[in-house]
Amino acid sequence: MSLVTPDFGLLFWMVLIFGIVLFILWKFGFPIITDMVEQRAARIENSLRLAREAEEKMRELAQEQDRLVEEARKQQAAMLKEATESRKEILEQAKAEARAEADKILTAARTEIAAEKESALREVRAQVAELSIGIAEKVLRKEMEDPVAAERFVEKLTEEI
Amino acid sequence: MNRLARITVFMLALLLWPGVSAAASGEQENLVLAAQSDTASLRKSSPEAAADTSGELDMDEYLYGHVGDAYGWHITTVNGHPVTVHLPVIVRSKTTGWHIFSSKRIEEGEEYEGFRIAAKGEPNEGKLVEETAGGIVRPLDISITKNVFGLMVNSLVVVLLVLLGARWYRRHDAVEEAPHGFAGIVEMLVTMIEDDIIKVCVGPDYKRYSPYLLTAFFFIFINNLMGIIPIFPGGANITGNIAVTFTLAICTFLAVNLFGNKHYYKDIFWPDVPVFLKAIPLMPLIEIIGVFTKPFSLMIRLFANILAGHMMLLGVVAVVFLTAKMGIGLNAGMSFIAVCFGVFMDILELLVAFLQAYVFTMLSSVFIGLSRQAPEKE
Repeated sequence: MSLVTPDFGLLFWMVLIFGIVLFILWKFGFPIITDMVEQRAARIENSLRLAREAEEKMRELAQEQDRLVEEARKQQAAMLKEATESRKEILEQAKAEARAEADKILTAARTEIAAEKESALREVRAQVAELSIGIAEKVLRKEMEDPVAAERFVEKLTEEI
Repeated sequence: MNRLARITVFMLALLLWPGVSAAASGEQENLVLAAQSDTASLRKSSPEAAADTSGELDMDEYLYGHVGDAYGWHITTVNGHPVTVHLPVIVRSKTTGWHIFSSKRIEEGEEYEGFRIAAKGEPNEGKLVEETAGGIVRPLDISITKNVFGLMVNSLVVVLLVLLGARWYRRHDAVEEAPHGFAGIVEMLVTMIEDDIIKVCVGPDYKRYSPYLLTAFFFIFINNLMGIIPIFPGGANITGNIAVTFTLAICTFLAVNLFGNKHYYKDIFWPDVPVFLKAIPLMPLIEIIGVFTKPFSLMIRLFANILAGHMMLLGVVAVVFLTAKMGIGLNAGMSFIAVCFGVFMDILELLVAFLQAYVFTMLSSVFIGLSRQAPEKE
Protein backbone atom coordinates (compact mmCIF):
# COMPACT_ATOMS: atom_id res chain seq x y z
CA MET A 1 0.00 0.00 0.00
CA SER A 2 1.39 3.35 -0.99
CA LEU A 3 0.42 4.86 2.37
CA VAL A 4 3.27 3.22 4.24
CA THR A 5 5.97 3.41 1.54
CA PRO A 6 7.70 6.76 1.55
CA ASP A 7 7.67 8.37 -1.89
CA PHE A 8 11.10 9.52 -3.04
CA GLY A 9 9.94 12.85 -4.49
CA LEU A 10 8.16 13.84 -1.30
CA LEU A 11 11.07 12.61 0.79
CA PHE A 12 13.45 14.74 -1.27
CA TRP A 13 11.33 17.85 -0.92
CA MET A 14 10.65 17.21 2.74
CA VAL A 15 14.36 16.96 3.52
CA LEU A 16 15.04 20.11 1.52
CA ILE A 17 12.15 22.13 2.94
CA PHE A 18 12.60 20.98 6.50
CA GLY A 19 16.32 21.66 6.18
CA ILE A 20 15.68 25.20 5.01
CA VAL A 21 13.05 25.82 7.68
CA LEU A 22 15.36 24.44 10.34
CA PHE A 23 18.24 26.58 9.10
CA ILE A 24 16.19 29.80 8.97
CA LEU A 25 14.59 29.28 12.34
CA TRP A 26 17.90 28.20 13.90
CA LYS A 27 19.61 31.28 12.53
CA PHE A 28 16.96 33.98 12.82
CA GLY A 29 14.06 32.57 14.79
CA PHE A 30 14.18 30.69 18.02
CA PRO A 31 17.53 31.70 19.51
CA ILE A 32 16.46 35.36 19.39
CA ILE A 33 13.24 34.62 21.23
CA THR A 34 14.74 32.21 23.74
CA ASP A 35 17.76 34.42 24.42
CA MET A 36 15.59 37.45 24.97
CA VAL A 37 13.23 35.55 27.21
CA GLU A 38 16.20 34.25 29.13
CA GLN A 39 17.66 37.73 29.44
CA ARG A 40 14.34 39.04 30.62
CA ALA A 41 14.03 36.22 33.11
CA ALA A 42 17.54 36.95 34.35
CA ARG A 43 16.68 40.62 34.64
CA ILE A 44 13.48 39.94 36.51
CA GLU A 45 15.33 37.63 38.85
CA ASN A 46 18.02 40.25 39.30
CA SER A 47 15.41 42.94 39.92
CA LEU A 48 13.72 40.78 42.50
CA ARG A 49 17.03 40.17 44.20
CA LEU A 50 17.80 43.88 44.12
CA ALA A 51 14.37 44.66 45.51
CA ARG A 52 14.92 42.17 48.27
CA GLU A 53 18.31 43.66 48.99
CA ALA A 54 16.88 47.16 48.93
CA GLU A 55 14.19 46.09 51.34
CA GLU A 56 16.82 44.58 53.57
CA LYS A 57 18.86 47.75 53.33
CA MET A 58 15.81 49.85 54.05
CA ARG A 59 15.12 47.81 57.13
CA GLU A 60 18.73 48.19 58.18
CA LEU A 61 18.60 51.89 57.51
CA ALA A 62 15.42 52.24 59.52
CA GLN A 63 17.06 50.40 62.38
CA GLU A 64 20.13 52.57 62.02
CA GLN A 65 17.94 55.63 62.01
CA ASP A 66 16.12 54.51 65.11
CA ARG A 67 19.42 53.82 66.74
CA LEU A 68 20.74 57.25 65.76
CA VAL A 69 17.64 59.01 67.04
CA GLU A 70 17.90 57.11 70.27
CA GLU A 71 21.56 58.01 70.57
CA ALA A 72 20.88 61.63 69.76
CA ARG A 73 18.19 61.74 72.38
CA LYS A 74 20.54 60.23 74.90
CA GLN A 75 23.25 62.66 73.94
CA GLN A 76 20.83 65.51 74.19
CA ALA A 77 19.81 64.44 77.65
CA ALA A 78 23.42 64.06 78.65
CA MET A 79 24.26 67.45 77.24
CA LEU A 80 21.36 69.07 79.04
CA LYS A 81 22.43 67.47 82.25
CA GLU A 82 25.99 68.55 81.72
CA ALA A 83 24.89 72.08 80.90
CA THR A 84 22.84 72.27 84.05
CA GLU A 85 25.75 70.99 86.03
CA SER A 86 28.23 73.33 84.49
CA ARG A 87 25.87 76.27 85.01
CA LYS A 88 25.57 75.36 88.61
CA GLU A 89 29.30 75.00 88.87
CA ILE A 90 29.92 78.31 87.16
CA LEU A 91 27.47 79.98 89.46
CA GLU A 92 29.10 78.38 92.46
CA GLN A 93 32.49 79.41 91.30
CA ALA A 94 31.34 82.94 90.59
CA LYS A 95 29.82 83.16 93.99
CA ALA A 96 32.95 81.83 95.59
CA GLU A 97 35.10 84.23 93.67
CA ALA A 98 32.85 87.13 94.54
CA ARG A 99 32.98 86.15 98.17
CA ALA A 100 36.76 85.90 98.10
CA GLU A 101 37.02 89.24 96.38
CA ALA A 102 34.71 90.82 98.91
CA ASP A 103 36.70 89.31 101.74
CA LYS A 104 39.88 90.63 100.26
CA ILE A 105 38.43 94.09 99.88
CA LEU A 106 37.09 94.01 103.39
CA THR A 107 40.43 92.86 104.79
CA ALA A 108 42.24 95.56 102.90
CA ALA A 109 39.78 98.13 104.14
CA ARG A 110 40.15 96.93 107.69
CA THR A 111 43.91 97.03 107.54
CA GLU A 112 43.82 100.51 106.13
CA ILE A 113 41.37 101.61 108.68
CA ALA A 114 43.56 100.17 111.42
CA ALA A 115 46.63 101.84 109.97
CA GLU A 116 44.83 105.15 109.67
CA LYS A 117 43.63 104.81 113.19
CA GLU A 118 47.15 104.01 114.42
CA SER A 119 48.65 106.96 112.66
CA ALA A 120 45.86 109.22 113.86
CA LEU A 121 46.38 108.04 117.42
CA ARG A 122 50.10 108.52 117.09
CA GLU A 123 49.57 112.06 115.91
CA VAL A 124 47.13 112.76 118.67
CA ARG A 125 49.58 111.30 121.17
CA ALA A 126 52.39 113.42 119.84
CA GLN A 127 50.29 116.58 119.96
CA VAL A 128 49.08 115.71 123.42
CA ALA A 129 52.70 115.17 124.50
CA GLU A 130 53.75 118.44 122.94
CA LEU A 131 50.85 120.23 124.53
CA SER A 132 51.62 118.61 127.89
CA ILE A 133 55.25 119.57 127.67
CA GLY A 134 54.30 123.11 126.74
CA ILE A 135 51.84 123.29 129.58
CA ALA A 136 54.34 121.76 131.96
CA GLU A 137 56.94 124.24 130.79
CA LYS A 138 54.61 127.11 131.42
CA VAL A 139 53.60 125.67 134.77
CA LEU A 140 57.26 125.10 135.73
CA ARG A 141 58.25 128.47 134.61
CA LYS A 142 55.59 130.00 136.78
CA GLU A 143 56.49 127.82 139.71
CA MET A 144 60.21 128.56 139.43
CA GLU A 145 59.60 132.33 139.61
CA ASP A 146 59.07 131.90 143.33
CA PRO A 147 62.54 130.63 144.85
CA VAL A 148 60.82 129.14 147.90
CA ALA A 149 58.35 127.21 145.91
CA ALA A 150 61.18 126.21 143.62
CA GLU A 151 63.19 124.96 146.47
CA ARG A 152 60.33 123.10 147.92
CA PHE A 153 59.67 121.53 144.64
CA VAL A 154 63.20 120.40 144.21
CA GLU A 155 63.06 118.89 147.59
CA LYS A 156 59.91 117.14 146.88
CA LEU A 157 61.40 115.73 143.71
CA THR A 158 64.49 114.63 145.55
CA GLU A 159 62.39 112.91 148.09
CA GLU A 160 60.47 111.22 145.46
CA ILE A 161 63.63 109.86 143.85
CA MET B 1 17.75 -4.40 38.32
CA ASN B 2 15.64 -1.35 38.87
CA ARG B 3 17.23 0.24 35.87
CA LEU B 4 16.61 -2.84 33.75
CA ALA B 5 12.95 -2.88 34.76
CA ARG B 6 12.66 0.78 33.89
CA ILE B 7 14.14 0.27 30.46
CA THR B 8 11.85 -2.70 29.80
CA VAL B 9 8.74 -0.78 30.79
CA PHE B 10 9.84 2.15 28.69
CA MET B 11 10.46 -0.01 25.65
CA LEU B 12 7.14 -1.76 26.08
CA ALA B 13 5.39 1.59 26.28
CA LEU B 14 7.15 2.75 23.16
CA LEU B 15 6.26 -0.37 21.27
CA LEU B 16 2.66 -0.41 22.43
CA TRP B 17 1.84 3.21 21.84
CA PRO B 18 2.15 3.25 18.06
CA GLY B 19 0.54 -0.19 18.12
CA VAL B 20 -2.52 1.25 19.77
CA SER B 21 -2.60 4.15 17.36
CA ALA B 22 -2.14 1.86 14.40
CA ALA B 23 -4.84 -0.42 15.74
CA ALA B 24 -7.14 2.57 16.04
CA SER B 25 -6.44 3.63 12.50
CA GLY B 26 -6.75 0.07 11.26
CA GLU B 27 -10.06 -0.31 12.97
CA GLN B 28 -11.26 2.86 11.38
CA GLU B 29 -10.13 1.66 7.98
CA ASN B 30 -12.00 -1.59 8.50
CA LEU B 31 -15.06 0.37 9.47
CA VAL B 32 -14.80 2.47 6.38
CA LEU B 33 -14.20 -0.56 4.21
CA ALA B 34 -17.18 -2.27 5.79
CA ALA B 35 -19.27 0.77 5.07
CA GLN B 36 -18.04 0.63 1.52
CA SER B 37 -19.01 -2.98 0.99
CA ASP B 38 -22.37 -2.40 2.66
CA THR B 39 -23.20 0.40 0.36
CA ALA B 40 -21.51 -0.92 -2.75
CA SER B 41 -24.86 -1.58 -4.33
CA LEU B 42 -26.15 1.87 -3.57
CA ARG B 43 -26.14 4.19 -6.52
CA LYS B 44 -25.50 7.75 -5.62
CA SER B 45 -23.70 10.84 -6.77
CA SER B 46 -21.51 13.23 -4.80
CA PRO B 47 -19.38 16.21 -5.75
CA GLU B 48 -16.31 13.99 -5.46
CA ALA B 49 -17.72 11.31 -7.69
CA ALA B 50 -19.60 13.54 -10.10
CA ALA B 51 -17.10 12.80 -12.79
CA ASP B 52 -17.56 9.07 -12.32
CA THR B 53 -19.66 7.60 -15.06
CA SER B 54 -21.15 5.11 -12.66
CA GLY B 55 -22.27 7.83 -10.28
CA GLU B 56 -21.23 5.73 -7.31
CA LEU B 57 -19.06 6.96 -4.48
CA ASP B 58 -15.82 5.13 -4.93
CA MET B 59 -14.70 4.85 -1.32
CA ASP B 60 -11.18 3.82 -2.20
CA GLU B 61 -10.67 6.78 -4.43
CA TYR B 62 -12.49 9.04 -2.00
CA LEU B 63 -10.38 8.07 0.98
CA TYR B 64 -6.98 7.65 -0.64
CA GLY B 65 -7.57 10.62 -2.91
CA HIS B 66 -7.93 12.76 0.20
CA VAL B 67 -5.23 11.36 2.43
CA GLY B 68 -2.82 10.46 -0.37
CA ASP B 69 -0.64 12.46 -2.67
CA ALA B 70 -1.55 13.74 -6.14
CA TYR B 71 0.06 15.61 -9.01
CA GLY B 72 -2.62 18.30 -9.07
CA TRP B 73 -4.58 19.76 -6.17
CA HIS B 74 -8.23 19.01 -6.77
CA ILE B 75 -10.22 21.51 -4.76
CA THR B 76 -13.81 20.83 -5.76
CA THR B 77 -16.00 20.08 -8.75
CA VAL B 78 -18.49 22.70 -9.96
CA ASN B 79 -21.18 21.54 -12.43
CA GLY B 80 -19.09 18.60 -13.49
CA HIS B 81 -15.96 20.69 -14.06
CA PRO B 82 -13.17 19.93 -11.64
CA VAL B 83 -11.53 22.96 -10.03
CA THR B 84 -7.90 21.97 -9.72
CA VAL B 85 -4.69 23.78 -8.91
CA HIS B 86 -2.21 22.44 -11.42
CA LEU B 87 1.26 21.87 -10.03
CA PRO B 88 4.57 21.42 -11.81
CA VAL B 89 5.68 17.89 -12.60
CA ILE B 90 9.46 17.47 -12.46
CA VAL B 91 10.80 14.14 -13.68
CA ARG B 92 14.07 12.80 -14.96
CA SER B 93 13.91 10.04 -17.50
CA LYS B 94 16.90 7.77 -17.88
CA THR B 95 16.67 8.15 -21.65
CA THR B 96 15.39 11.67 -22.31
CA GLY B 97 16.63 13.64 -19.32
CA TRP B 98 14.75 16.26 -17.32
CA HIS B 99 11.12 17.16 -18.04
CA ILE B 100 9.13 19.91 -16.41
CA PHE B 101 5.48 20.40 -17.30
CA SER B 102 2.15 21.21 -15.71
CA SER B 103 0.10 18.46 -14.16
CA LYS B 104 -2.71 19.63 -16.48
CA ARG B 105 -1.01 17.72 -19.30
CA ILE B 106 -1.38 14.35 -17.63
CA GLU B 107 -4.87 14.75 -16.23
CA GLU B 108 -7.34 11.93 -16.80
CA GLY B 109 -4.63 9.47 -17.80
CA GLU B 110 -3.40 11.52 -20.76
CA GLU B 111 0.11 10.90 -21.97
CA TYR B 112 2.60 13.74 -22.33
CA GLU B 113 6.20 13.41 -23.54
CA GLY B 114 5.99 9.71 -22.84
CA PHE B 115 4.78 10.17 -19.26
CA ARG B 116 1.40 9.24 -17.85
CA ILE B 117 -0.12 8.42 -14.48
CA ALA B 118 -0.37 4.68 -13.99
CA ALA B 119 -3.99 3.58 -14.04
CA LYS B 120 -5.77 1.58 -11.39
CA GLY B 121 -4.47 -1.95 -11.12
CA GLU B 122 -1.17 -1.22 -12.81
CA PRO B 123 2.08 -1.28 -10.83
CA ASN B 124 2.96 2.17 -9.35
CA GLU B 125 -0.74 2.98 -9.33
CA GLY B 126 -1.38 6.70 -9.26
CA LYS B 127 2.27 7.52 -9.85
CA LEU B 128 3.90 8.93 -12.91
CA VAL B 129 5.33 6.24 -15.20
CA GLU B 130 7.25 6.37 -18.42
CA GLU B 131 6.72 4.12 -21.43
CA THR B 132 10.10 3.12 -22.73
CA ALA B 133 11.40 0.45 -25.04
CA GLY B 134 12.20 -1.66 -22.01
CA GLY B 135 8.63 -1.47 -20.77
CA ILE B 136 6.89 0.80 -18.24
CA VAL B 137 9.38 2.29 -15.77
CA ARG B 138 9.17 4.78 -12.98
CA PRO B 139 11.34 7.84 -13.66
CA LEU B 140 13.11 9.88 -11.00
CA ASP B 141 10.15 11.91 -9.82
CA ILE B 142 10.60 15.06 -7.75
CA SER B 143 7.36 16.72 -8.81
CA ILE B 144 5.84 19.47 -6.72
CA THR B 145 2.91 17.32 -5.73
CA LYS B 146 -0.07 18.25 -3.58
CA ASN B 147 1.81 17.28 -0.43
CA VAL B 148 5.00 19.07 -1.49
CA PHE B 149 3.02 22.20 -2.28
CA GLY B 150 1.17 21.93 1.00
CA LEU B 151 4.49 21.41 2.74
CA MET B 152 5.87 24.58 1.14
CA VAL B 153 2.83 26.64 2.12
CA ASN B 154 2.84 25.31 5.67
CA SER B 155 6.59 25.80 6.00
CA LEU B 156 6.13 29.38 4.88
CA VAL B 157 3.48 29.77 7.58
CA VAL B 158 5.84 28.31 10.18
CA VAL B 159 8.74 30.55 9.12
CA LEU B 160 6.55 33.65 9.01
CA LEU B 161 4.99 32.82 12.36
CA VAL B 162 8.32 32.49 14.11
CA LEU B 163 10.13 35.28 12.27
CA LEU B 164 7.26 37.72 12.85
CA GLY B 165 7.37 36.70 16.47
CA ALA B 166 11.14 37.20 16.54
CA ARG B 167 10.87 40.55 14.75
CA TRP B 168 9.21 42.03 17.79
CA TYR B 169 12.42 41.41 19.76
CA ARG B 170 14.51 43.32 17.24
CA ARG B 171 12.28 46.35 17.54
CA HIS B 172 11.74 46.39 21.26
CA ASP B 173 13.89 46.22 24.30
CA ALA B 174 12.69 42.80 25.31
CA VAL B 175 14.54 43.06 28.58
CA GLU B 176 12.39 45.97 29.65
CA GLU B 177 8.99 44.85 28.34
CA ALA B 178 7.09 41.70 27.48
CA PRO B 179 5.41 41.22 24.10
CA HIS B 180 1.64 41.38 23.64
CA GLY B 181 -0.61 40.00 20.94
CA PHE B 182 0.95 37.92 18.22
CA ALA B 183 4.53 37.96 19.50
CA GLY B 184 3.13 37.16 22.93
CA ILE B 185 1.46 33.99 21.64
CA VAL B 186 4.65 32.91 19.88
CA GLU B 187 6.67 33.60 23.00
CA MET B 188 4.18 31.73 25.14
CA LEU B 189 4.41 28.64 22.92
CA VAL B 190 8.19 28.85 22.68
CA THR B 191 8.70 29.24 26.42
CA MET B 192 6.15 26.54 27.15
CA ILE B 193 7.97 24.02 24.98
CA GLU B 194 11.38 25.11 26.14
CA ASP B 195 10.63 25.27 29.85
CA ASP B 196 8.25 22.33 30.15
CA ILE B 197 9.88 19.91 27.75
CA ILE B 198 13.33 20.78 26.51
CA LYS B 199 14.95 22.00 29.71
CA VAL B 200 13.42 19.20 31.74
CA CYS B 201 14.02 16.31 29.34
CA VAL B 202 17.29 17.20 27.64
CA GLY B 203 19.19 18.33 30.68
CA PRO B 204 21.99 20.83 31.16
CA ASP B 205 23.12 21.30 27.55
CA TYR B 206 19.62 21.79 26.20
CA LYS B 207 20.61 24.94 24.33
CA ARG B 208 22.28 23.01 21.53
CA TYR B 209 19.10 21.07 20.80
CA SER B 210 16.45 23.64 21.59
CA PRO B 211 16.24 25.21 18.07
CA TYR B 212 15.77 21.80 16.44
CA LEU B 213 13.17 20.66 18.96
CA LEU B 214 11.28 23.95 18.74
CA THR B 215 11.37 23.80 14.96
CA ALA B 216 10.06 20.24 15.04
CA PHE B 217 7.25 21.27 17.38
CA PHE B 218 6.14 24.27 15.33
CA PHE B 219 6.56 22.40 12.06
CA ILE B 220 4.42 19.47 13.18
CA PHE B 221 1.89 21.66 14.97
CA ILE B 222 1.30 23.96 11.99
CA ASN B 223 1.20 21.08 9.52
CA ASN B 224 -1.30 19.26 11.74
CA LEU B 225 -3.47 22.35 12.03
CA MET B 226 -3.31 23.13 8.33
CA GLY B 227 -4.33 19.54 7.69
CA ILE B 228 -7.55 20.12 9.61
CA ILE B 229 -8.51 23.18 7.55
CA PRO B 230 -10.58 21.62 4.76
CA ILE B 231 -10.05 24.21 2.01
CA PHE B 232 -7.04 25.00 -0.15
CA PRO B 233 -4.19 25.43 0.79
CA GLY B 234 -5.04 23.47 3.91
CA GLY B 235 -6.32 19.95 4.06
CA ALA B 236 -3.29 18.18 2.67
CA ASN B 237 -2.43 15.16 4.76
CA ILE B 238 1.19 16.10 5.37
CA THR B 239 2.07 14.90 8.84
CA GLY B 240 -0.02 11.83 8.04
CA ASN B 241 2.45 10.97 5.30
CA ILE B 242 5.16 8.49 6.09
CA ALA B 243 7.85 10.33 4.09
CA VAL B 244 7.39 13.45 6.23
CA THR B 245 7.38 11.67 9.57
CA PHE B 246 10.28 9.54 8.36
CA THR B 247 12.37 12.67 7.76
CA LEU B 248 11.47 14.09 11.15
CA ALA B 249 12.29 10.81 12.87
CA ILE B 250 15.63 10.65 11.03
CA CYS B 251 16.45 14.14 12.32
CA THR B 252 15.81 13.02 15.89
CA PHE B 253 17.76 9.81 15.24
CA LEU B 254 20.75 11.86 14.06
CA ALA B 255 20.44 14.30 16.96
CA VAL B 256 20.43 11.40 19.42
CA ASN B 257 23.16 9.26 17.90
CA LEU B 258 25.59 11.81 16.48
CA PHE B 259 25.94 13.65 19.79
CA GLY B 260 25.49 10.76 22.21
CA ASN B 261 28.13 10.72 24.94
CA LYS B 262 30.42 7.90 26.01
CA HIS B 263 28.04 6.71 28.66
CA TYR B 264 25.25 6.36 26.09
CA TYR B 265 27.32 4.15 23.81
CA LYS B 266 28.69 2.16 26.71
CA ASP B 267 25.12 1.50 27.81
CA ILE B 268 24.29 0.17 24.36
CA PHE B 269 27.26 -2.12 23.79
CA TRP B 270 28.22 -2.99 27.35
CA PRO B 271 25.22 -2.27 29.57
CA ASP B 272 25.26 -2.42 33.32
CA VAL B 273 23.80 -5.92 33.62
CA PRO B 274 25.10 -9.35 34.71
CA VAL B 275 27.83 -10.63 32.40
CA PHE B 276 25.89 -13.68 31.15
CA LEU B 277 23.36 -11.30 29.60
CA LYS B 278 26.15 -9.62 27.68
CA ALA B 279 28.07 -12.72 26.73
CA ILE B 280 25.30 -14.10 24.52
CA PRO B 281 24.98 -10.95 23.65
CA LEU B 282 21.33 -10.47 24.45
CA MET B 283 21.30 -7.06 26.10
CA PRO B 284 23.46 -5.28 23.51
CA LEU B 285 21.19 -6.69 20.83
CA ILE B 286 18.09 -5.39 22.56
CA GLU B 287 19.77 -2.02 23.11
CA ILE B 288 20.79 -1.77 19.45
CA ILE B 289 17.26 -2.62 18.35
CA GLY B 290 16.10 0.03 20.79
CA VAL B 291 18.23 2.62 19.04
CA PHE B 292 16.15 2.11 15.91
CA THR B 293 12.76 1.46 17.45
CA LYS B 294 12.80 4.80 19.24
CA PRO B 295 12.77 6.97 16.08
CA PHE B 296 10.64 4.33 14.36
CA SER B 297 7.99 4.72 17.03
CA LEU B 298 8.17 8.49 16.57
CA MET B 299 7.62 8.08 12.84
CA ILE B 300 4.72 5.64 13.12
CA ARG B 301 3.01 7.43 15.99
CA LEU B 302 2.73 10.78 14.25
CA PHE B 303 1.90 9.21 10.88
CA ALA B 304 -0.75 6.86 12.26
CA ASN B 305 -2.40 9.43 14.51
CA ILE B 306 -2.78 12.08 11.86
CA LEU B 307 -3.73 9.62 9.12
CA ALA B 308 -6.31 8.03 11.40
CA GLY B 309 -7.72 11.45 12.23
CA HIS B 310 -8.09 12.33 8.55
CA MET B 311 -9.61 8.93 7.80
CA MET B 312 -12.12 9.25 10.62
CA LEU B 313 -13.17 12.71 9.53
CA LEU B 314 -13.51 11.55 5.93
CA GLY B 315 -15.48 8.53 7.07
CA VAL B 316 -17.83 10.69 9.07
CA VAL B 317 -18.34 13.05 6.13
CA ALA B 318 -18.83 10.11 3.76
CA VAL B 319 -21.94 9.13 5.72
CA VAL B 320 -23.70 12.14 4.19
CA PHE B 321 -23.03 10.89 0.65
CA LEU B 322 -23.53 7.22 1.41
CA THR B 323 -27.00 7.81 2.78
CA ALA B 324 -28.00 10.18 -0.04
CA LYS B 325 -30.02 7.52 -1.85
CA MET B 326 -31.63 6.07 1.26
CA GLY B 327 -34.45 8.54 1.29
CA ILE B 328 -34.61 12.15 2.34
CA GLY B 329 -35.53 11.45 5.96
CA LEU B 330 -32.76 8.99 6.64
CA ASN B 331 -30.26 11.12 4.74
CA ALA B 332 -31.23 14.23 6.70
CA GLY B 333 -31.04 12.38 9.99
CA MET B 334 -27.73 10.75 9.19
CA SER B 335 -26.34 14.02 7.84
CA PHE B 336 -27.25 15.74 11.09
CA ILE B 337 -25.54 13.03 13.09
CA ALA B 338 -22.56 13.11 10.73
CA VAL B 339 -22.20 16.89 11.08
CA CYS B 340 -22.43 16.70 14.86
CA PHE B 341 -19.91 13.89 14.95
CA GLY B 342 -17.75 15.76 12.44
CA VAL B 343 -17.68 18.83 14.70
CA PHE B 344 -16.70 16.61 17.59
CA MET B 345 -14.01 14.95 15.50
CA ASP B 346 -12.66 18.30 14.33
CA ILE B 347 -12.34 19.50 17.91
CA LEU B 348 -10.70 16.22 18.84
CA GLU B 349 -8.31 16.64 15.93
CA LEU B 350 -7.38 20.11 17.21
CA LEU B 351 -6.37 18.45 20.44
CA VAL B 352 -4.55 15.68 18.59
CA ALA B 353 -2.77 18.25 16.39
CA PHE B 354 -1.30 19.87 19.47
CA LEU B 355 -0.82 16.66 21.39
CA GLN B 356 1.10 14.86 18.66
CA ALA B 357 3.41 17.82 18.11
CA TYR B 358 3.91 17.96 21.87
CA VAL B 359 4.50 14.22 22.17
CA PHE B 360 6.95 14.16 19.26
CA THR B 361 8.92 17.02 20.79
CA MET B 362 8.81 15.53 24.26
CA LEU B 363 9.93 12.05 23.20
CA SER B 364 12.66 13.51 20.99
CA SER B 365 13.82 15.51 24.02
CA VAL B 366 13.72 12.42 26.20
CA PHE B 367 15.74 10.40 23.70
CA ILE B 368 18.27 13.21 23.35
CA GLY B 369 18.35 13.57 27.13
CA LEU B 370 19.08 9.84 27.50
CA SER B 371 21.97 10.14 25.06
CA ARG B 372 23.42 13.03 27.09
CA GLN B 373 22.92 11.50 30.51
CA ALA B 374 25.84 11.54 32.88
CA PRO B 375 26.79 8.17 34.37
CA GLU B 376 24.91 7.27 37.53
CA LYS B 377 26.94 7.44 40.68
CA GLU B 378 27.23 4.04 42.28
